[in-house]
Amino acid sequence: MSNKINIFSVKNFCFSLFVAVLTLLPAKTFAYEPIEEENNHDEVIDTVSAAKHAEGNSTAFNAGEMIIEHIGDSHQWHLWGDHGHAVHIPLPVILWTDKGLEIFSSSKVEHHEDIYEGTHYKYMLHNEHIEVVDNFGNVDEEATAKIKDFSITKNALTIIVSALIMLLIFIKVAKSYKRREGMAPKGLQSFMEPLILFIRDDVAKTSIGEKKYERYMPYLLTAFFFIFFNNLMGLIPIFPFGANLTGNISVCLVLAGITLVVTLISGNGHYWRHIFAMPGVPIPVLIILTPIELIGVVLRPFVLMIRLFANITAGHIIALAFFSLIFIFGEKSTGAGYGVSVVSIAFTVFMGFLELLVAFLQAYVFTLLSAIYIGAAVEEGHHEHEHHVEKGHEATHVIA
Amino acid sequence: MLLEVPLAAGVAAIGAGVAALAAGLGIGRIGGSALESIARQPEAVNDIRSNMILAAALVEGAAFFAMVVALLVVLAK
Repeated sequence: MSNKINIFSVKNFCFSLFVAVLTLLPAKTFAYEPIEEENNHDEVIDTVSAAKHAEGNSTAFNAGEMIIEHIGDSHQWHLWGDHGHAVHIPLPVILWTDKGLEIFSSSKVEHHEDIYEGTHYKYMLHNEHIEVVDNFGNVDEEATAKIKDFSITKNALTIIVSALIMLLIFIKVAKSYKRREGMAPKGLQSFMEPLILFIRDDVAKTSIGEKKYERYMPYLLTAFFFIFFNNLMGLIPIFPFGANLTGNISVCLVLAGITLVVTLISGNGHYWRHIFAMPGVPIPVLIILTPIELIGVVLRPFVLMIRLFANITAGHIIALAFFSLIFIFGEKSTGAGYGVSVVSIAFTVFMGFLELLVAFLQAYVFTLLSAIYIGAAVEEGHHEHEHHVEKGHEATHVIA
Repeated sequence: MLLEVPLAAGVAAIGAGVAALAAGLGIGRIGGSALESIARQPEAVNDIRSNMILAAALVEGAAFFAMVVALLVVLAK
C-alpha cells in the first residue's frame, strides 16, 4: 500500500515538474524580442572585452572542460558563475618549499594572471598546480619541482567534513549503546544498526569466517561507512558537499592500498604457499603460475581502486553531461535549450535514483571484496575438495 | 560541429561502446542465470543475490578498465 502511494507521489512530482517547465516555455517565446536585445547587448560587451583580450570568445560553452573541472580537485570551492565573474570560497594553500613553510589564501592566485608574492618565492596557479614564477610570470621549473603542495583543497576539506559528520554520528550511536544496554535501539541508533549488522553478518562472517572475523571488523566498517558517506555526499550538489571524493583516484588508491596491506599482514603460511608454490602442481607449470599469482596479489586491490574510481566518476560525468546538453542546445537557440532541459532534468532525476543505489552498492562491493581477499589470506587449508573451489575463485579474480 | 572530433577520440568512443556491449552481455547472463536459479530454488535467494552482485561487480570492473583507457585516450594531449 505504502509502496503504491510512494510511486504515485514520485509520478506526481515528475508530472508537476514537467508541467512547470512546459509553462515556462511559452513565456520564454513571448519574451523573444527582449532576449535578442540582450544578445545584442552581450555582443557589444563582447567586442569591448575582445578588444581587451586577444582571445575574446569566452562565452562559447565547452562541455568537456566544464565536466573535467567539476570532477577534479581544486584549490578553491566553486559556488556559481562562470570564468569571468565566478563566486568561489577560497581555501588555504599550504606549501612546503626548500626554504620553509608557506601559507596563503587561494584567493590571492584566483585569477589567471594573479601572482602572489610569498616570503620565499612568487607563486601562480596554473591548471590547479601551484608554480613558482618570476616577476613576469615565467615558470621556474627547478623551484616548482621542489615545492610540496599540502593545501587544504576541495577534496581534503571534504575528507575533514565527512570525518566530522561520521564522528558526530558514531559517537552519538556509541553513547546510546552504552546508555541503553540490552534495550531496543532508538533514533539514529536504529538507523545505523542494520547497516553495521549487515556488514558483520553478510560480509565479514561469511567471507572471513566465524572465528577470525572480529579482528577485521573495525577496518571493514570504517571502509564501508567512509565510502558510503562520501558517495552520498558527492550526490548533494550544495556547498560543503558535492566534491567527487570517492571518484578521485588517489583516494581510491589509498583505500585499496590499505586493503592490500591488511591482506599481506594477515596472510598465513597456507596463503603464501598457495601463491609461491601451489600444492599438487608440477614445477614447469609453477614457472608460469607463480608469476600470475604474484601479479594477482597486486592486481586485485588495483581493480578495487579502478572500480570505485570509475563508478563514482561515471556517475558525476553522467549528471554533468545531461546538464551540458541544455547549454549545448541553448547555444543554438534558446527554445531548444528549454525544450531539452525537460528531458535532461527528467534523466538526471532518474540517474540520481540510480546513483543512490550505486553509492550503496560500491561501498558494499568494496567492503565485500576486501573481506574476501582478507578471508583468502587467513583461511586454513583442509581437504582436497576445498582446493578446487579455491582455485576456481582465484581464477575469476585474476581474470577480473 | 558536434561531429568534428579527432580520430583518436572517435576510436576511443568505439572502444568504450564495445566495452559497454561486452559488459552488457556479461551482466545480462549473470542476471538471467540468477533469476533462473532463484526460480528453481526460491529459498536460496539471499545467497544468489550477493553472489550475483559480486559477479556483476567483477564484470563491471573489466568494463571500467576499458572506459578509463578510453577516457585517457580522449584526455591525454
